[in-house]
Amino acid sequence: MHTRSLHDIEKQLEELIAAPCAGFDAGDLLRMSEEVLEHWVQAHRQTPTQEKREGFRLLALHRQGAKDDPSFNACRETCRELVYHYNLITMEPDHPETQKRQRLMIMVANHLFLFVGGKLQVQELGDFCCASKPIRQSMDSRPTGTETTLESS
Amino acid sequence: MPTDQKNYKKVAYYPGCALEGTGHAYNRSTKAVGKKLGLDLVEVDNWNCCGAMEVKNVDPKIQTYLSSRVMSITANEMDMDVVMAPCNGCYHNLKKAEYELANDKESAEVVERLSKEAGHETYKAGQVETIHALDWIKHTIGEDGLRERVKNSLSGMKIANYYGCMYTRPRHIFPEKDAGPGSESTYRPHFMDDLLEAAGAENVEFPLKTACCGGAHTLSDSDMSTKLVLNILRAAEESDAEVIATECPTCHTGLEMHQIRAEKTLGVKTSVKILYFTQLLGLALGLKPRKVGIQENISSSTDFLKEKGLA
Repeated sequence: MHTRSLHDIEKQLEELIAAPCAGFDAGDLLRMSEEVLEHWVQAHRQTPTQEKREGFRLLALHRQGAKDDPSFNACRETCRELVYHYNLITMEPDHPETQKRQRLMIMVANHLFLFVGGKLQVQELGDFCCASKPIRQSMDSRPTGTETTLESS
Repeated sequence: MPTDQKNYKKVAYYPGCALEGTGHAYNRSTKAVGKKLGLDLVEVDNWNCCGAMEVKNVDPKIQTYLSSRVMSITANEMDMDVVMAPCNGCYHNLKKAEYELANDKESAEVVERLSKEAGHETYKAGQVETIHALDWIKHTIGEDGLRERVKNSLSGMKIANYYGCMYTRPRHIFPEKDAGPGSESTYRPHFMDDLLEAAGAENVEFPLKTACCGGAHTLSDSDMSTKLVLNILRAAEESDAEVIATECPTCHTGLEMHQIRAEKTLGVKTSVKILYFTQLLGLALGLKPRKVGIQENISSSTDFLKEKGLA
């Protein structure tokens, strides 16, 4: 299955934040979030799992991404909130708060994207994403414009 | 004893570095609320840094030692068995040190060696219980106790409770959480919600209550921090919140600073107020805004509090 680039995901999320009701699709937003985690898993030279946990591939992907990396658990509840909102929206589509739930699901998805994107950019910083380690020093010493992009990892 | 019936009336108080600097309003409001509630805070003598992020990344065992020293002073020099740390970073690190000392022989050996070199008694796992400011009020005063003491209800104030990422993670260092009725949840923490609701506030459903605030990115990638914070602020507003209640000085300062930065650099203005839960509880208990350090916050909330009849 095609995985959108992080750039495309960012653009799509920005469009959704600007106009949440236009083209909202809970299934696609969930899939987009899975793709964000696929980028993380692939950046660690692993194959994204096709398994599901509690009925959701997103949760299985999070578990795969967090293996041996406790700092990645900082997005555990974000993934669970996405699943929760997906369930709310799809199981009660006529609920009076559906539009609000859609807007919140977009923001939760955006948070996952920002968190994972940020961690990818500073990949292999300290255990709790703070303080530089040698890899960062070597990245910083490269000439401007040669940074490793997320897509090329 | 059930977890919701503990007595923390007199505890050792470990403010940590942040509460002496950017988080001073949290320090002031925590002490003021404690005094108002008749709770006794005894500051840990000659306390040191908990090891924070910086030391932990250089050598986690040195961080374990630094946190153990705070607990050693509490137990062996002050003869107390509970230490309260309002800062999520300090709370997390003391809990982590406790776990390491109970489960990792090498850590225990390093701590013993360094304690001897430093000339103080070695801390032994189990001597001290580390609690957060939320545990302190929740277990000692409780919701009913708060309701009885409220003078200025927070009625009509819609609050998004924001706990940040270190209050509940990693789960294994918080064995008392997820421990059945009355205990805190690591998935959906609720102690702050419970206390502020008892003070009259209306808590909103807020899906990012434990999401990353980007605090650790602040120096290495400020733009990313600003985007993460802006997303939290917008989600809070989307949840109809007027206030984000905080219980961590790093999160609080980050939310306030990046709220301003988001307006300057991204042109996105948000108006949700950011206040420590202790400031809100203090106001509800009848304390004046200055007593809870409202003037020490980066953003002004005076007009908002006047509107609500709290200033």
